[in-house]
Amino acid sequence: MAEIIAGVACSHVPAIGVAIDQGKTDEPYWQPLFQGFERSREWMSELKPDVAIVVYNDHATAFSLEMIPTFALGCADAFLPADEGWGPRPVPLVQGHPELAWHIAQSVILDEFDLTIVNRMEVDHGLTVPLSLMCGQPDAWPCPVIPLCVNVVQYPPPTGNRCFNLGKAIRRAVQSFDQDLRVVIFGTGGMSHQLQAQRAGLINPVFDNRFMDDLVSHPESVTRIPHVDYLREAGSEGIELVMWLVMRGALDDEVRQMHRHYHVPASNTAVGHLILENVR
Amino acid sequence: MNQKHPYDDIPGTYVFDAEQSRKGYHLNMFCMSLRHRDNRDAFGADEAAYLDRYPMSPEQRAAVLARDWNEMLRLGGNIYYTSKLAAKDGIAFQELAARMTGVSDEDYRNMMLAGGRPIEGNRYTWEWDNG
Repeated sequence: MAEIIAGVACSHVPAIGVAIDQGKTDEPYWQPLFQGFERSREWMSELKPDVAIVVYNDHATAFSLEMIPTFALGCADAFLPADEGWGPRPVPLVQGHPELAWHIAQSVILDEFDLTIVNRMEVDHGLTVPLSLMCGQPDAWPCPVIPLCVNVVQYPPPTGNRCFNLGKAIRRAVQSFDQDLRVVIFGTGGMSHQLQAQRAGLINPVFDNRFMDDLVSHPESVTRIPHVDYLREAGSEGIELVMWLVMRGALDDEVRQMHRHYHVPASNTAVGHLILENVR
Repeated sequence: MNQKHPYDDIPGTYVFDAEQSRKGYHLNMFCMSLRHRDNRDAFGADEAAYLDRYPMSPEQRAAVLARDWNEMLRLGGNIYYTSKLAAKDGIAFQELAARMTGVSDEDYRNMMLAGGRPIEGNRYTWEWDNG
């Protein structure tokens, strides 16, 4: 039986990828941010998961306004790192796990979550930056990855409650897979940030820290945050935080917080990070 | 106050909802095309001629040519798309943010290093109108 054993929450700012790729992680601007992920890389290398499900959003890369799937699950053998306009990131090819991905798709669709199945998709910084933060710069990623792409660009994104319940359905799907796999799930994006118009640069550490507190201990209360609260309190792009709820929904009600990190700024964004394990 | 959406009273923010998306479809798809080098080169060689490929409104076209970043957003542009035009121009994301907020690159960078734009005083349009 496959099992989800842990969850990771992590922002996915593109500038973090650039700093890693250009060897700038020791610069004074970046050092405090990356220091908070040293323990995370150790944790990841000790955990040795068999598969990672990465919940992220595409930023007008693989999807445009031509097609806007609310939830799209990557079922391909592999996913190419995308050229987002300044050349693809120098990171390994992302190997998929089509067997488990297809199993999840079939299971959650029959569980009434109507995912879009994607057999060809390039992946942008939304997926590769969290992998870099958690795995460093290896020649190959340490495990296969199943991308779950959530629309948070076109308003409205799915509700936090819907994301949380999808996480629960993914957990049931993984548990019904007949291979012994230890699975980790990433919820990425956020935390507070606004990239657009006259209010750009908004950061709200009070909202962010309460969000992390409640996500760990009272996730049900987080599922009730209305979209307008994310937009107003965490900035127009802070609404990406609904993706953290997919991760949380896939874990036990009670979890152990193994690590937490918060840093402002990475470019225009507040970076938040959690490692949660199911209590066994 | 009689507002159409619950988010209409957030200051300095364009929520990319159905109305904005419908209005901005061709503007955003023009920006999307700049992901590819051939298109960037063609646009760079003759901007007006390249824009003829996209049935935008005259206002959208003027905003693109003038690089009026906030006006593009008001007319249905989305930041993840308009930032591709900025990238083509060699403008880094944080420089683009500085331009949209009307401050120098240095002032914007310093604001972010000091913790970013605070939430206090920036939740509601009336907080800006009175300021």
